[in-house]
Amino acid sequence: MGRTLAEKVWGDHVVRRAEGEPDLLFIDLHLLHEVTSPQAFDGLRKAGRRVRRTDLTLATEDHNTPTLDIDKPIADPVSRVQLETLRKNCADFGVRLHSLGDDDQGVVHVVGPQLGLTQPGTTVVCGDSHTSTHGAFGALAFGIGTSQVEHVLATQTLPLAPFRTMAVTVNGELPADVTAKDLILSIIAKIGTGGGQGYVIEYRGEAIEKLSMEARMTICNMSIEAGARAGMIAPDATTYAYLEGREHAPRGADWDAAVAYWDTLRTDEDAAFDHEVVIQADTLAPFVTWGTNPGQGAPLSARIPNPAEFADESARLAAEKALEYMGLTAGQPLREVAVDTVFVGSCTNGRIEDLRSAAELLAGRHVAEGLRMLVVPGSVRVALQAVAEGLDTVFTEAGAEWRHAGCSMCLGMNPDQLSPGERAASTSNRNFEGRQGKGGRTHLVSPQVAAATAVLGRLASPADLPPARSTSPSSRTTAGV
Amino acid sequence: MEAFTTHTGRIAPLRRGNVDTDQIIPAHWLKKVTRDGFEDGLFEAWRREPDFVLNQPQHQGASVLVAGPDFGTGSSREHAVWALQNYGFRAVISSRFADIFRGNSLKNGLLTVVLEQSRVEALWDLADGDPQAQVTVDLVRQRVLAPGLEADFELDGNSRHRLLEGLDDIGITLGNEQAIEEYEARRSTFKPRTQLV
Repeated sequence: MGRTLAEKVWGDHVVRRAEGEPDLLFIDLHLLHEVTSPQAFDGLRKAGRRVRRTDLTLATEDHNTPTLDIDKPIADPVSRVQLETLRKNCADFGVRLHSLGDDDQGVVHVVGPQLGLTQPGTTVVCGDSHTSTHGAFGALAFGIGTSQVEHVLATQTLPLAPFRTMAVTVNGELPADVTAKDLILSIIAKIGTGGGQGYVIEYRGEAIEKLSMEARMTICNMSIEAGARAGMIAPDATTYAYLEGREHAPRGADWDAAVAYWDTLRTDEDAAFDHEVVIQADTLAPFVTWGTNPGQGAPLSARIPNPAEFADESARLAAEKALEYMGLTAGQPLREVAVDTVFVGSCTNGRIEDLRSAAELLAGRHVAEGLRMLVVPGSVRVALQAVAEGLDTVFTEAGAEWRHAGCSMCLGMNPDQLSPGERAASTSNRNFEGRQGKGGRTHLVSPQVAAATAVLGRLASPADLPPARSTSPSSRTTAGV
Repeated sequence: MEAFTTHTGRIAPLRRGNVDTDQIIPAHWLKKVTRDGFEDGLFEAWRREPDFVLNQPQHQGASVLVAGPDFGTGSSREHAVWALQNYGFRAVISSRFADIFRGNSLKNGLLTVVLEQSRVEALWDLADGDPQAQVTVDLVRQRVLAPGLEADFELDGNSRHRLLEGLDDIGITLGNEQAIEEYEARRSTFKPRTQLV
């Protein structure tokens, strides 16, 4: 009987297996940020413990960091204390930290891959549910709580209950206007926010194989929104090409040995998944959410659903509550929903390809009157690349705000928040009540839909846009880069 | 961790599904660097609604939260568990919990109990009809007992043992120091490192 990709990676990390006990797994990479680590370091101090493997640990500041005036002291004293606490903890325990102002600072799930630290066949954890992002490389990567953060700091291992395996196979080719974000939102709507509970999902099939690494990260990132423990994609030539030459990627003989190992990380043909879902890529379309959980979504061409038509009673009640919170009416076309704010960024869609695709649509166009658009690169490296390509100018000339890297409005822990009743089209990952600010209303969208929405002031796809005026050299697009 | 053996208390019926951790404790509370003081942040937005269950006088002092399916979805924030405990909850009953929340709860001695939705609804009805009704969540016998309801629940033997004894996971793992060292010795040299030591 063959093994799945997830089972192979798991098997290669078992430190100890004993009857009636969870397997003890070795953790190859532990990522830290300021929000979920202070109580863990406190625990270490109280118990007189050290960080076992500082060489497998990396910290960055992202959740609380401001995206304006980063050279000034952080205005919010509570945020400042949390960041200072991380700095002290990293200094005391010898952990490498990328602080605000550092060129390698950024959202933890953007930083790990861009440094080449996220590699196929590794186990990656972080006190953050979107750690599933790293599964795009064929890593077994998952979010953990603060008690587990402390456990990994102290032991570099975790006792873990077994998981079930699910295959999500996406056959055929995605239509030209359908992005990885549309695909993952469609998958979540299909299997539900609890459909992945207890599973590690492996995304496979022709449409997945054709995705870039960054698009694969978008897919795996939102596995948690389907309730899954993790999401994974088998490593292939695309993965190797992304990794080769990165700062922490193996070199020379180590590279050859690594690739030989990575080549074994594919689900065996005779392996069985506990559950399988098949999706036809050519049936998909730009997809947005209308509700208050990521499973409440629909194609952009659809109308707001009527809760009365939901067969399941709890789904009906949830839809009623969601529409009330969102200030939407059943039957209203999604394309008629007017938006106040557009946010492009986050660990889901804050990478260079995301910024390029939004900039391409904004070049020669302008954001709608009265609409606020924030563009927040996922990391400083992404920002530097965008500036090198002139994307920052495209954004600012279009009337968008070009900000410093961080989590920003994805969860509104810094000053970038929605006001009560304010409606956003957001490339982030969660449309929960109040997620982006108290009373704020969130529609999850792709970067392309975000850009088109910013121009038209209502939920829109690129196909809805009138032709752009020709652009000046300073605001050239980077299509084809 | 504080041990959990059995607990008897009143029910807070939370008739909602998909209660995500952003609802349980909003992000702005996560700036705190302690494990306590989160009680006022618990369900902060909903507590502004007068008819929210925790605002109803008849449910004051309830210590067993009974919620709809998919409780604890979303963010991995352990603060959600601390907020429930800080407020006074000892156990949560739902037909389905998000994985990370479940793991966090069991590591902190907040017992999360999975019962079928029909049982959840029976407990809701019980609490609505008689807010003083007591429910017992018995981890020793793995059983939930309330007037008119007796239901067994599952929990893996290891988690149950650790809860009953209030064991420290890290201490147990460090007892396997030799196995960890052996694994480290056979790890491939091409595996990534964040710094040279």
